[in-house]
Amino acid sequence: MNEFVAPEIDWAVLSPILVVLAAGVVGVLVEAFVPARARRLTQLVLTLGALAGTLVAVALLWDRVSTDGFAFVVDGTVVLTPFTLGIQAVVAVLAILGVLVVADRTSTGQDAFAPTAAAVPGTAYEDAAREAGLQQTEIYPLMLFATGGMLLFPATDNLIVLFIALEVLSLPLYVLCATARRRRLLSQEAAFKYFLLGAFASALMLFGIALVYGFAGSVSLETAVYVLAHPDSQVLAMMPGLVIAGVLLVSVGLLFKIGAAPFHTWTPDVYQGAPTPITAFMAACVKAAAIGAMVRVLFTLAAGLDEPLRQDLETGLWVAAILTMLVGTVAGAVQTDVKRMLAYSSIAHAGFLLVAMVGFDQVGARAVLFYVLAYGLATLGAFAVVTLVREQDADGVVLGEATHLSQWAGLARRSPLLATAFSLFLLSMAGIPLTAGFLAKFSAFSAAVEAGAWPLAVIGVLASIVAVFFYVRLIVLMVLTPPVEDTADDGASGAGGATAGSGAGTSDAGTGAEDTPERAGTLTAARAATERAAVVVISSQGPTAVAVTVCAVGVVLLGLVPGPVLDWMTQAAAFRP
Amino acid sequence: MELTNYLYLAVVLFALGATTVLLRRNTIVVFMGIELMLNATNLALVTFARMHGDITGQVLAFFVMVVAAAEVVVGLAIIVTIFRARRSASVDDVNLLKS
Repeated sequence: MNEFVAPEIDWAVLSPILVVLAAGVVGVLVEAFVPARARRLTQLVLTLGALAGTLVAVALLWDRVSTDGFAFVVDGTVVLTPFTLGIQAVVAVLAILGVLVVADRTSTGQDAFAPTAAAVPGTAYEDAAREAGLQQTEIYPLMLFATGGMLLFPATDNLIVLFIALEVLSLPLYVLCATARRRRLLSQEAAFKYFLLGAFASALMLFGIALVYGFAGSVSLETAVYVLAHPDSQVLAMMPGLVIAGVLLVSVGLLFKIGAAPFHTWTPDVYQGAPTPITAFMAACVKAAAIGAMVRVLFTLAAGLDEPLRQDLETGLWVAAILTMLVGTVAGAVQTDVKRMLAYSSIAHAGFLLVAMVGFDQVGARAVLFYVLAYGLATLGAFAVVTLVREQDADGVVLGEATHLSQWAGLARRSPLLATAFSLFLLSMAGIPLTAGFLAKFSAFSAAVEAGAWPLAVIGVLASIVAVFFYVRLIVLMVLTPPVEDTADDGASGAGGATAGSGAGTSDAGTGAEDTPERAGTLTAARAATERAAVVVISSQGPTAVAVTVCAVGVVLLGLVPGPVLDWMTQAAAFRP
Repeated sequence: MELTNYLYLAVVLFALGATTVLLRRNTIVVFMGIELMLNATNLALVTFARMHGDITGQVLAFFVMVVAAAEVVVGLAIIVTIFRARRSASVDDVNLLKS
């Protein structure tokens, strides 16, 4: 007992996660040892290589895991199942596309990130850093660490590993949110809100884990469920209240991460304030990983609970799903900012994903897997398009993103291709037939109907119909409404002198640069400037165009010939997730 | 002494921490509230470990400390950035993002 026995670790099973985390560590070293000029390219190659490596590792493990049904590592703290591998593959694919959007410097020659995120907005130091052409290449290792957490998140039944994975995926994202090049105060504010609320949610989750441990004497969910069925096996096992409160608190942490009501309030602010490529990455990948973890936790619980408790779990899921769909669609319909609108749409989609899970069965698991892929492609593509629609001041200098909906009027005339792609993504999110979104919603709702939860499916369909309204409204705005610039020329030159003029030197259009106590005034001025600034569509340097194309092709192909992907996902969900 | 008393203390500390997060206005104090919640959890974990005669809980407490330290690094960095840009550490002043 006194001698240390080294555990036997099956490294192959951990390889999808290890590749990414190791590349993240190497990326940190690259920052220290590679000369500044070569860093961006090195990081980019390393990051894309590592994510491709994850895909390869998943493919290599597939045969073994799908034959055995699972693969244990280190006493079962990490358990790969085919479902886990499925989520990992989806996360890796979406992360590759996300990195492409992050890497693009567009025709302006500037990426979306501050030259040095530590500089105070509007100071001489910031100007000097910009003129020196500094860039923050730490973005890439941070993304790798976050991805590593996401890959681990759905791979465990062990609550403490779940917690570590949650933190590993969250902490880099908090930092990434604060790094926007433009509208830096908004970006920092987003990071601040995300951090405080995220830390609060994870503290609640941790206390839940402590309660489950107190009840079961183990942090494994399987054991907790076993002890619940055998009340004489542990000292505190006669107190089921502990485990019920514990599971509730753990669910709070998970619902927070997927952005489900009533823990969704951070989503619009963070999605709006964060640099758009990071929003794209967050919206697609975090959602996939967190839903994967949620499926693992809830399905494990449901498989072991007796009927009344299982019923309670289902009721909780019903309430969360209905609330989430309601909040997402109703609040989404009244938004005037395209990033906020997409954020509320992401909340609504979290609701639809919860609907798919209600039966705790394989059909639901498959629906979830297909849904996160379809939704991830659409939302990533949509945010990628947002990065290319920009404001322009009177001197023709390209500023930040034109996110106000009125600025999107007539986009189809400025750039037919971009407007087509964006419409496609919106139609897929709305669930129009022949797109991936339709099949995703269909399989989610039919999974709920098969589980006998038809009222939930009906509410889901109704919510989808309301959501169609605000997606189609934006499409109509882009295609049928004439662009505003003709009427706004006078206003734009006027604003150029007043507000944008003061911002031109700092490249922050109003919102952000000024250090005045009356921020309300600044904000109003900034909004006024926003409404008057001319809108321009800039061209991608390549990577974003590739990402948008891949997303668009993916959305169409998944809608037209879903056969192969669905077959694979059926296999992936064939075992208990 | 009864071990359950430590659990009651942990719950009280956790509730105090949560109340601090929800009610206080100063960012740093809010952040301290979160730390209090984490440390209350540690106390609960260690007490449970003692009750079960099992060391998992103690190991977990170490994990929580590491995570808390990492969280402090990221959190304080963000708070300091906000403070330097706005000269204010009140959560009420962080209000540019609204629908």
